[in-house]
Amino acid sequence: MIRVNDLCLRSDSFALSDIAFTVPTGAYAVLMGRSGCGKTTILEAICGLRPIQSGSIYLGTLEVTALSPAERKIGYVPQDHALFPHLNVHENLAFGLHARGLPSEERVEEIGVLLGISDLFGRTTAGLSGGEAQRVALGRALAFRPGVLLLDEPLSALDESTRDEMHSVLRSIREKTGVTTLHVTHLREDAKALADVVLELHGGKVRPVHSD
Amino acid sequence: MKTHPSERPFYLALSVLGGGYALLVVLMIVANVAYTSPAHIIDTLRQPAIQASLWLTLWSCILAAAFSLLVGVPMGYLLARTKFRGKALLEAIMDIPVVLPPLIVGLSLLIIFNHFRIGGVSLEQWLNAHGVQFTFAAAGVVLAQFSVAAAFAVRTMRGTFEQMPARIEEVALTLGCTRWQAFRRVTLPLARRGMMAAFTVAWARSLGEFGPLLIFAGTTRGRTEVLSSSVFLELSVGRLEGAVAVSLIMIVVAVGVLLLVRKTGGTRI
Repeated sequence: MIRVNDLCLRSDSFALSDIAFTVPTGAYAVLMGRSGCGKTTILEAICGLRPIQSGSIYLGTLEVTALSPAERKIGYVPQDHALFPHLNVHENLAFGLHARGLPSEERVEEIGVLLGISDLFGRTTAGLSGGEAQRVALGRALAFRPGVLLLDEPLSALDESTRDEMHSVLRSIREKTGVTTLHVTHLREDAKALADVVLELHGGKVRPVHSD
Repeated sequence: MKTHPSERPFYLALSVLGGGYALLVVLMIVANVAYTSPAHIIDTLRQPAIQASLWLTLWSCILAAAFSLLVGVPMGYLLARTKFRGKALLEAIMDIPVVLPPLIVGLSLLIIFNHFRIGGVSLEQWLNAHGVQFTFAAAGVVLAQFSVAAAFAVRTMRGTFEQMPARIEEVALTLGCTRWQAFRRVTLPLARRGMMAAFTVAWARSLGEFGPLLIFAGTTRGRTEVLSSSVFLELSVGRLEGAVAVSLIMIVVAVGVLLLVRKTGGTRI
Protein backbone atom coordinates (compact mmCIF):
# COMPACT_ATOMS: atom_id res chain seq x y z
CA MET A 1 0.00 0.00 0.00
CA ILE A 2 1.08 3.56 -0.71
CA ARG A 3 -0.54 6.18 1.53
CA VAL A 4 0.19 9.88 1.12
CA ASN A 5 -1.21 12.19 3.79
CA ASP A 6 -1.53 15.97 3.46
CA LEU A 7 1.65 16.29 1.46
CA CYS A 8 2.86 19.84 0.77
CA LEU A 9 5.62 20.44 -1.78
CA ARG A 10 7.08 23.50 -3.38
CA SER A 11 9.18 23.73 -6.51
CA ASP A 12 10.50 26.73 -8.46
CA SER A 13 7.45 26.79 -10.72
CA PHE A 14 4.53 25.53 -8.58
CA ALA A 15 3.33 24.47 -5.16
CA LEU A 16 1.26 21.43 -4.23
CA SER A 17 -0.60 21.34 -0.95
CA ASP A 18 -2.63 18.79 0.97
CA ILE A 19 -1.99 15.99 -1.51
CA ALA A 20 -3.62 12.84 -0.16
CA PHE A 21 -4.33 9.47 -1.77
CA THR A 22 -4.02 5.76 -1.15
CA VAL A 23 -3.03 2.93 -3.47
CA PRO A 24 -4.13 -0.42 -1.98
CA THR A 25 -1.62 -3.26 -1.65
CA GLY A 26 -1.12 -5.04 -4.96
CA ALA A 27 -3.14 -2.47 -6.93
CA TYR A 28 -2.05 -0.76 -10.14
CA ALA A 29 -2.81 2.94 -9.83
CA VAL A 30 -2.47 5.43 -12.63
CA LEU A 31 -2.01 9.09 -11.73
CA MET A 32 -3.20 11.30 -14.59
CA GLY A 33 -2.63 14.97 -15.14
CA ARG A 34 -1.47 17.56 -17.64
CA SER A 35 2.25 17.85 -18.36
CA GLY A 36 3.99 20.06 -15.83
CA CYS A 37 1.25 19.88 -13.18
CA GLY A 38 3.47 18.18 -10.59
CA LYS A 39 3.01 14.42 -11.13
CA THR A 40 6.73 13.74 -11.31
CA THR A 41 7.29 15.89 -8.22
CA ILE A 42 4.91 13.67 -6.24
CA LEU A 43 6.72 10.52 -7.41
CA GLU A 44 10.09 12.04 -6.47
CA ALA A 45 8.74 12.92 -3.03
CA ILE A 46 7.54 9.34 -2.49
CA CYS A 47 11.00 8.09 -3.57
CA GLY A 48 12.69 10.48 -1.13
CA LEU A 49 14.43 12.41 -3.87
CA ARG A 50 12.65 15.70 -3.18
CA PRO A 51 12.25 17.33 0.23
CA ILE A 52 8.68 17.91 1.37
CA GLN A 53 7.39 20.83 3.41
CA SER A 54 4.88 18.84 5.44
CA GLY A 55 2.78 15.69 5.37
CA SER A 56 3.63 12.01 5.64
CA ILE A 57 4.20 9.04 3.35
CA TYR A 58 3.53 5.41 4.31
CA LEU A 59 4.53 2.28 2.43
CA GLY A 60 2.46 -0.49 3.96
CA THR A 61 2.47 0.21 7.68
CA LEU A 62 5.92 1.82 7.63
CA GLU A 63 6.20 5.60 7.64
CA VAL A 64 9.02 6.42 5.22
CA THR A 65 8.77 10.23 5.27
CA ALA A 66 12.17 10.65 6.97
CA LEU A 67 13.90 7.64 5.41
CA SER A 68 16.61 7.86 2.74
CA PRO A 69 15.73 6.75 -0.83
CA ALA A 70 17.65 3.48 -0.31
CA GLU A 71 15.79 2.65 2.91
CA ARG A 72 12.38 3.08 1.25
CA LYS A 73 13.00 0.06 -1.03
CA ILE A 74 11.06 1.54 -3.93
CA GLY A 75 11.57 0.48 -7.53
CA TYR A 76 11.70 3.68 -9.55
CA VAL A 77 11.64 4.04 -13.33
CA PRO A 78 12.16 7.64 -14.47
CA GLN A 79 10.79 8.98 -17.72
CA ASP A 80 14.20 9.00 -19.44
CA HIS A 81 15.07 5.50 -18.08
CA ALA A 82 18.38 6.85 -16.70
CA LEU A 83 20.18 3.60 -17.46
CA PHE A 84 23.83 3.58 -16.40
CA PRO A 85 25.72 4.09 -19.65
CA HIS A 86 29.05 2.79 -18.31
CA LEU A 87 27.49 -0.61 -17.49
CA ASN A 88 26.06 -3.26 -19.81
CA VAL A 89 22.50 -4.53 -19.52
CA HIS A 90 23.38 -7.37 -17.12
CA GLU A 91 25.32 -4.98 -14.87
CA ASN A 92 22.43 -2.51 -14.92
CA LEU A 93 20.03 -5.25 -13.81
CA ALA A 94 22.38 -6.40 -11.04
CA PHE A 95 23.17 -2.88 -9.79
CA GLY A 96 20.50 -2.68 -7.07
CA LEU A 97 21.24 -6.21 -5.89
CA HIS A 98 24.95 -5.43 -5.53
CA ALA A 99 24.21 -2.11 -3.80
CA ARG A 100 22.07 -3.98 -1.26
CA GLY A 101 24.53 -6.83 -0.84
CA LEU A 102 22.14 -9.40 -2.34
CA PRO A 103 23.09 -12.34 -4.59
CA SER A 104 22.54 -11.31 -8.18
CA GLU A 105 23.16 -14.04 -10.74
CA GLU A 106 19.98 -16.11 -10.35
CA ARG A 107 17.74 -13.08 -9.86
CA VAL A 108 19.09 -11.32 -12.96
CA GLU A 109 18.38 -14.50 -14.96
CA GLU A 110 14.78 -14.50 -13.62
CA ILE A 111 14.31 -10.85 -14.53
CA GLY A 112 15.74 -11.49 -17.98
CA VAL A 113 13.13 -14.21 -18.56
CA LEU A 114 10.28 -12.16 -17.02
CA LEU A 115 10.96 -9.20 -19.30
CA GLY A 116 12.28 -11.09 -22.33
CA ILE A 117 15.66 -9.34 -22.25
CA SER A 118 18.01 -12.27 -21.60
CA ASP A 119 19.52 -11.89 -25.07
CA LEU A 120 20.43 -8.26 -24.32
CA PHE A 121 22.62 -9.00 -21.27
CA GLY A 122 25.97 -8.31 -22.96
CA ARG A 123 24.79 -5.22 -24.81
CA THR A 124 25.69 -1.66 -23.86
CA THR A 125 22.74 0.60 -23.11
CA ALA A 126 23.61 3.00 -25.95
CA GLY A 127 22.33 0.73 -28.69
CA LEU A 128 19.00 -0.24 -27.12
CA SER A 129 15.69 0.69 -28.74
CA GLY A 130 13.12 2.64 -26.71
CA GLY A 131 11.17 -0.51 -25.83
CA GLU A 132 14.32 -2.44 -24.90
CA ALA A 133 15.60 0.40 -22.71
CA GLN A 134 12.21 0.56 -21.01
CA ARG A 135 12.31 -3.17 -20.22
CA VAL A 136 15.85 -2.90 -18.85
CA ALA A 137 14.86 0.07 -16.67
CA LEU A 138 11.87 -1.91 -15.39
CA GLY A 139 14.05 -4.96 -14.74
CA ARG A 140 16.62 -2.89 -12.87
CA ALA A 141 13.88 -1.43 -10.66
CA LEU A 142 12.27 -4.83 -9.99
CA ALA A 143 15.41 -6.90 -9.47
CA PHE A 144 15.75 -6.30 -5.72
CA ARG A 145 12.05 -7.18 -5.20
CA PRO A 146 10.73 -3.78 -4.13
CA GLY A 147 7.39 -3.59 -2.35
CA VAL A 148 6.36 -0.62 -4.48
CA LEU A 149 7.01 0.29 -8.11
CA LEU A 150 6.86 3.92 -9.26
CA LEU A 151 6.76 4.57 -13.00
CA ASP A 152 7.16 8.08 -14.39
CA GLU A 153 5.61 8.43 -17.86
CA PRO A 154 7.15 5.09 -18.85
CA LEU A 155 5.40 4.76 -22.20
CA SER A 156 5.12 8.34 -23.42
CA ALA A 157 8.08 8.22 -25.76
CA LEU A 158 7.15 4.89 -27.37
CA ASP A 159 5.36 4.33 -30.66
CA GLU A 160 1.86 2.82 -30.59
CA SER A 161 2.80 -0.81 -31.25
CA THR A 162 5.65 -0.75 -28.72
CA ARG A 163 3.29 0.85 -26.20
CA ASP A 164 0.76 -1.98 -26.69
CA GLU A 165 3.59 -4.46 -26.19
CA MET A 166 4.67 -2.67 -23.00
CA HIS A 167 1.06 -2.73 -21.70
CA SER A 168 1.26 -6.53 -21.90
CA VAL A 169 4.65 -6.52 -20.18
CA LEU A 170 3.35 -4.33 -17.33
CA ARG A 171 0.23 -6.52 -16.89
CA SER A 172 2.44 -9.59 -16.80
CA ILE A 173 4.74 -8.02 -14.17
CA ARG A 174 1.75 -7.21 -12.03
CA GLU A 175 0.36 -10.74 -12.28
CA LYS A 176 3.69 -12.40 -11.54
CA THR A 177 5.04 -10.08 -8.82
CA GLY A 178 1.94 -8.53 -7.26
CA VAL A 179 3.94 -5.34 -6.72
CA THR A 180 1.93 -2.24 -5.75
CA THR A 181 2.37 0.18 -8.64
CA LEU A 182 1.89 3.91 -9.10
CA HIS A 183 2.16 4.86 -12.76
CA VAL A 184 2.22 8.53 -13.71
CA THR A 185 1.08 9.45 -17.21
CA HIS A 186 -0.83 11.95 -19.29
CA LEU A 187 -2.06 9.20 -21.65
CA ARG A 188 -5.64 8.02 -21.09
CA GLU A 189 -4.98 4.74 -22.90
CA ASP A 190 -2.43 3.77 -20.23
CA ALA A 191 -5.10 4.16 -17.58
CA LYS A 192 -7.65 2.21 -19.65
CA ALA A 193 -5.22 -0.62 -20.34
CA LEU A 194 -3.65 -1.00 -16.92
CA ALA A 195 -5.33 0.74 -14.00
CA ASP A 196 -7.30 -0.66 -11.07
CA VAL A 197 -7.29 2.78 -9.53
CA VAL A 198 -7.26 6.03 -11.51
CA LEU A 199 -6.22 9.24 -9.80
CA GLU A 200 -6.14 12.71 -11.29
CA LEU A 201 -3.93 15.61 -10.32
CA HIS A 202 -5.84 18.77 -11.14
CA GLY A 203 -5.58 22.24 -9.64
CA GLY A 204 -2.96 21.06 -7.16
CA LYS A 205 -5.17 18.30 -5.71
CA VAL A 206 -5.31 14.55 -6.30
CA ARG A 207 -8.78 13.10 -6.75
CA PRO A 208 -9.91 9.57 -7.58
CA VAL A 209 -11.53 9.17 -11.00
CA HIS A 210 -14.43 6.73 -11.05
CA SER A 211 -15.00 4.75 -14.22
CA ASP A 212 -18.47 4.95 -15.77
CA MET B 1 32.09 18.57 -46.14
CA LYS B 2 29.52 18.95 -48.91
CA THR B 3 27.70 22.24 -48.80
CA HIS B 4 25.01 23.88 -50.88
CA PRO B 5 26.50 26.54 -53.19
CA SER B 6 24.48 29.23 -51.42
CA GLU B 7 26.15 28.34 -48.10
CA ARG B 8 29.70 28.50 -49.39
CA PRO B 9 30.31 32.24 -48.70
CA PHE B 10 29.21 31.64 -45.10
CA TYR B 11 31.66 28.81 -44.52
CA LEU B 12 34.38 30.63 -46.48
CA ALA B 13 34.07 33.66 -44.17
CA LEU B 14 34.29 31.44 -41.09
CA SER B 15 37.30 29.61 -42.51
CA VAL B 16 39.16 32.84 -43.33
CA LEU B 17 38.56 34.33 -39.88
CA GLY B 18 39.28 31.13 -37.90
CA GLY B 19 42.02 30.00 -40.27
CA GLY B 20 43.97 33.20 -39.65
CA TYR B 21 44.53 32.13 -36.08
CA ALA B 22 45.47 28.58 -37.06
CA LEU B 23 48.01 30.09 -39.46
CA LEU B 24 49.50 32.20 -36.66
CA VAL B 25 49.94 29.11 -34.44
CA VAL B 26 51.60 27.19 -37.26
CA LEU B 27 53.85 30.17 -38.07
CA MET B 28 55.02 30.36 -34.46
CA ILE B 29 56.03 26.71 -34.47
CA VAL B 30 57.63 26.96 -37.91
CA ALA B 31 59.58 30.05 -36.81
CA ASN B 32 60.99 28.14 -33.85
CA VAL B 33 61.86 25.12 -35.95
CA ALA B 34 63.51 27.26 -38.62
CA TYR B 35 65.60 29.11 -36.05
CA THR B 36 67.25 26.01 -34.66
CA SER B 37 68.44 22.57 -35.78
CA PRO B 38 68.15 19.00 -34.47
CA ALA B 39 71.84 19.09 -33.49
CA HIS B 40 71.22 22.20 -31.44
CA ILE B 41 68.26 20.64 -29.68
CA ILE B 42 70.30 17.52 -28.87
CA ASP B 43 73.15 19.68 -27.55
CA THR B 44 70.66 21.54 -25.36
CA LEU B 45 69.16 18.28 -24.11
CA ARG B 46 72.66 17.04 -23.17
CA GLN B 47 73.15 19.91 -20.72
CA PRO B 48 72.73 18.60 -17.15
CA ALA B 49 70.87 21.79 -16.15
CA ILE B 50 68.31 21.31 -18.94
CA GLN B 51 67.92 17.61 -18.12
CA ALA B 52 67.25 18.50 -14.48
CA SER B 53 64.84 21.20 -15.64
CA LEU B 54 63.01 18.73 -17.90
CA TRP B 55 62.62 16.15 -15.12
CA LEU B 56 61.47 18.74 -12.59
CA THR B 57 59.00 20.06 -15.17
CA LEU B 58 57.57 16.62 -15.83
CA TRP B 59 57.07 15.49 -12.23
CA SER B 60 56.06 18.90 -10.86
CA CYS B 61 53.41 19.26 -13.58
CA ILE B 62 52.13 15.74 -12.91
CA LEU B 63 51.91 16.41 -9.16
CA ALA B 64 50.29 19.83 -9.66
CA ALA B 65 47.74 18.32 -12.05
CA ALA B 66 47.02 15.42 -9.67
CA PHE B 67 46.45 17.81 -6.76
CA SER B 68 44.32 20.01 -9.04
CA LEU B 69 42.13 17.03 -9.87
CA LEU B 70 41.92 16.16 -6.19
CA VAL B 71 40.29 19.53 -5.45
CA GLY B 72 38.68 19.97 -8.87
CA VAL B 73 36.42 16.92 -8.57
CA PRO B 74 34.80 17.77 -5.20
CA MET B 75 34.61 21.51 -5.84
CA GLY B 76 33.29 21.04 -9.37
CA TYR B 77 30.64 18.64 -8.06
CA LEU B 78 29.54 21.01 -5.28
CA LEU B 79 29.27 23.96 -7.67
CA ALA B 80 27.42 21.92 -10.31
CA ARG B 81 25.00 20.03 -8.09
CA THR B 82 24.25 22.06 -4.97
CA LYS B 83 22.72 25.37 -4.00
CA PHE B 84 23.90 27.05 -0.81
CA ARG B 85 24.29 30.43 0.76
CA GLY B 86 27.49 32.08 -0.43
CA LYS B 87 27.74 30.00 -3.62
CA ALA B 88 28.13 33.10 -5.81
CA LEU B 89 31.00 34.28 -3.60
CA LEU B 90 32.66 30.86 -3.78
CA GLU B 91 32.31 30.86 -7.58
CA ALA B 92 33.99 34.27 -7.70
CA ILE B 93 36.80 33.03 -5.44
CA MET B 94 37.34 30.03 -7.72
CA ASP B 95 37.68 32.40 -10.69
CA ILE B 96 40.26 34.66 -9.04
CA PRO B 97 43.32 32.55 -10.01
CA VAL B 98 42.05 32.50 -13.60
CA VAL B 99 41.88 36.28 -13.94
CA LEU B 100 44.65 37.26 -11.52
CA PRO B 101 47.96 38.29 -13.14
CA PRO B 102 50.28 35.28 -12.51
CA LEU B 103 52.95 37.43 -10.86
CA ILE B 104 50.46 38.37 -8.16
CA VAL B 105 49.79 34.69 -7.42
CA GLY B 106 53.50 34.23 -6.74
CA LEU B 107 53.72 37.39 -4.67
CA SER B 108 50.68 36.35 -2.63
CA LEU B 109 52.18 32.92 -1.94
CA LEU B 110 55.43 34.55 -0.88
CA ILE B 111 53.54 36.76 1.58
CA ILE B 112 51.48 33.83 2.94
CA PHE B 113 54.57 31.74 3.61
CA ASN B 114 56.85 34.46 4.88
CA HIS B 115 54.58 36.91 6.71
CA PHE B 116 51.75 34.79 8.15
CA ARG B 117 52.88 33.84 11.62
CA ILE B 118 52.35 30.63 13.58
CA GLY B 119 53.55 30.75 17.19
CA GLY B 120 55.74 33.78 16.55
CA VAL B 121 57.45 32.45 13.40
CA SER B 122 56.52 32.67 9.72
CA LEU B 123 54.70 29.75 8.09
CA GLU B 124 57.84 28.97 6.08
CA GLN B 125 60.01 28.96 9.21
CA TRP B 126 57.46 26.76 10.97
CA LEU B 127 57.45 24.34 8.03
CA ASN B 128 61.28 24.40 7.87
CA ALA B 129 61.37 23.42 11.54
CA HIS B 130 59.27 20.39 10.55
CA GLY B 131 61.58 19.48 7.68
CA VAL B 132 59.52 20.98 4.84
CA GLN B 133 60.56 23.85 2.56
CA PHE B 134 58.33 25.62 0.07
CA THR B 135 59.80 29.02 -0.69
CA PHE B 136 62.58 28.72 -3.31
CA ALA B 137 62.26 24.91 -3.27
CA ALA B 138 60.84 22.26 -5.59
CA ALA B 139 57.70 21.94 -3.41
CA GLY B 140 57.15 25.65 -4.05
CA VAL B 141 57.23 24.96 -7.81
CA VAL B 142 54.42 22.44 -7.41
CA LEU B 143 52.40 24.75 -5.13
CA ALA B 144 52.78 27.73 -7.49
CA GLN B 145 51.69 25.60 -10.46
CA PHE B 146 48.82 24.09 -8.48
CA SER B 147 47.57 27.49 -7.29
CA VAL B 148 46.63 28.48 -10.83
CA ALA B 149 46.03 25.08 -12.45
CA ALA B 150 43.47 23.97 -9.85
CA ALA B 151 41.10 26.78 -10.87
CA PHE B 152 41.07 25.39 -14.41
CA ALA B 153 40.50 21.87 -13.13
CA VAL B 154 37.54 23.10 -11.06
CA ARG B 155 36.04 24.80 -14.12
CA THR B 156 36.46 21.69 -16.26
CA MET B 157 34.99 19.36 -13.62
CA ARG B 158 32.07 21.71 -12.97
CA GLY B 159 31.24 21.63 -16.68
CA THR B 160 31.54 17.84 -16.68
CA PHE B 161 29.12 17.40 -13.77
CA GLU B 162 26.68 19.99 -15.14
CA GLN B 163 26.40 18.01 -18.36
CA MET B 164 25.76 14.76 -16.48
CA PRO B 165 22.07 14.25 -15.61
CA ALA B 166 21.50 14.19 -11.85
CA ARG B 167 18.71 11.67 -12.51
CA ILE B 168 21.23 8.86 -12.97
CA GLU B 169 22.60 9.38 -9.46
CA GLU B 170 19.07 9.65 -8.06
CA VAL B 171 18.17 6.28 -9.55
CA ALA B 172 21.31 4.81 -7.93
CA LEU B 173 20.06 6.15 -4.58
CA THR B 174 16.68 4.45 -5.01
CA LEU B 175 18.46 1.21 -5.93
CA GLY B 176 20.16 1.12 -2.54
CA CYS B 177 23.26 3.33 -2.79
CA THR B 178 24.33 5.92 -0.26
CA ARG B 179 25.49 9.28 -1.66
CA TRP B 180 29.11 8.10 -1.41
CA GLN B 181 28.31 4.83 -3.20
CA ALA B 182 26.37 6.60 -5.95
CA PHE B 183 29.27 9.01 -6.40
CA ARG B 184 31.86 6.22 -6.53
CA ARG B 185 29.90 3.69 -8.59
CA VAL B 186 28.06 5.98 -11.00
CA THR B 187 29.24 9.59 -10.99
CA LEU B 188 33.01 9.08 -11.04
CA PRO B 189 33.03 6.42 -13.78
CA LEU B 190 30.83 8.65 -15.93
CA ALA B 191 33.10 11.65 -15.23
CA ARG B 192 36.20 9.76 -16.38
CA ARG B 193 36.64 11.73 -19.60
CA GLY B 194 36.06 15.01 -17.81
CA MET B 195 38.65 14.04 -15.21
CA MET B 196 41.11 13.23 -17.95
CA ALA B 197 40.41 16.61 -19.55
CA ALA B 198 40.75 18.42 -16.20
CA PHE B 199 44.07 16.67 -15.53
CA THR B 200 45.39 17.61 -18.95
CA VAL B 201 44.26 21.22 -18.74
CA ALA B 202 45.88 21.51 -15.31
CA TRP B 203 49.02 19.80 -16.58
CA ALA B 204 49.29 22.07 -19.61
CA ARG B 205 48.64 25.14 -17.50
CA SER B 206 51.35 24.06 -15.05
CA LEU B 207 53.78 23.51 -17.92
CA GLY B 208 53.35 27.09 -19.10
CA GLU B 209 53.47 28.66 -15.63
CA PHE B 210 56.31 31.07 -15.11
CA GLY B 211 55.41 34.27 -13.20
CA PRO B 212 54.43 32.65 -9.84
CA LEU B 213 57.44 30.31 -10.04
CA LEU B 214 59.84 33.16 -10.62
CA ILE B 215 58.68 35.00 -7.51
CA PHE B 216 57.79 32.15 -5.12
CA ALA B 217 60.14 29.33 -6.13
CA GLY B 218 62.87 31.21 -7.95
CA THR B 219 64.84 29.94 -10.95
CA THR B 220 67.82 28.28 -9.29
CA ARG B 221 69.61 26.01 -11.78
CA GLY B 222 69.31 22.37 -10.84
CA ARG B 223 66.92 23.13 -7.99
CA THR B 224 63.79 25.06 -8.98
CA GLU B 225 64.41 25.53 -12.70
CA VAL B 226 61.65 24.23 -14.94
CA LEU B 227 61.48 24.48 -18.73
CA SER B 228 59.59 27.78 -18.73
CA SER B 229 62.27 29.28 -16.49
CA SER B 230 64.97 27.68 -18.64
CA VAL B 231 63.70 29.75 -21.58
CA PHE B 232 63.92 32.85 -19.39
CA LEU B 233 67.41 31.96 -18.12
CA GLU B 234 68.71 31.25 -21.62
CA LEU B 235 67.30 34.54 -22.88
CA SER B 236 68.68 36.46 -19.92
CA VAL B 237 72.24 35.40 -20.82
CA GLY B 238 71.66 36.22 -24.49
CA ARG B 239 71.42 32.63 -25.77
CA LEU B 240 68.44 32.90 -28.07
CA GLU B 241 69.28 29.57 -29.71
CA GLY B 242 69.12 27.80 -26.34
CA ALA B 243 65.81 29.48 -25.52
CA VAL B 244 64.33 28.39 -28.85
CA ALA B 245 65.60 24.83 -28.39
CA VAL B 246 64.00 24.62 -24.93
CA SER B 247 60.79 26.09 -26.36
CA LEU B 248 60.70 23.37 -28.99
CA ILE B 249 61.29 20.73 -26.33
CA MET B 250 58.30 22.18 -24.42
CA ILE B 251 56.15 22.06 -27.56
CA VAL B 252 57.09 18.42 -28.20
CA VAL B 253 56.41 17.46 -24.55
CA ALA B 254 53.06 19.29 -24.52
CA VAL B 255 51.87 17.84 -27.83
CA GLY B 256 53.05 14.38 -26.76
CA VAL B 257 51.02 14.54 -23.55
CA LEU B 258 47.95 15.87 -25.35
CA LEU B 259 48.12 13.05 -27.91
CA LEU B 260 48.64 10.47 -25.16
CA VAL B 261 45.61 11.72 -23.26
CA ARG B 262 43.47 11.78 -26.39
CA LYS B 263 44.52 8.22 -27.18
CA THR B 264 43.90 6.87 -23.69
CA GLY B 265 40.91 9.01 -22.71
CA GLY B 266 39.41 9.65 -26.10
CA THR B 267 38.57 13.18 -25.09
CA ARG B 268 38.80 16.52 -26.84
CA ILE B 269 40.33 19.18 -24.65
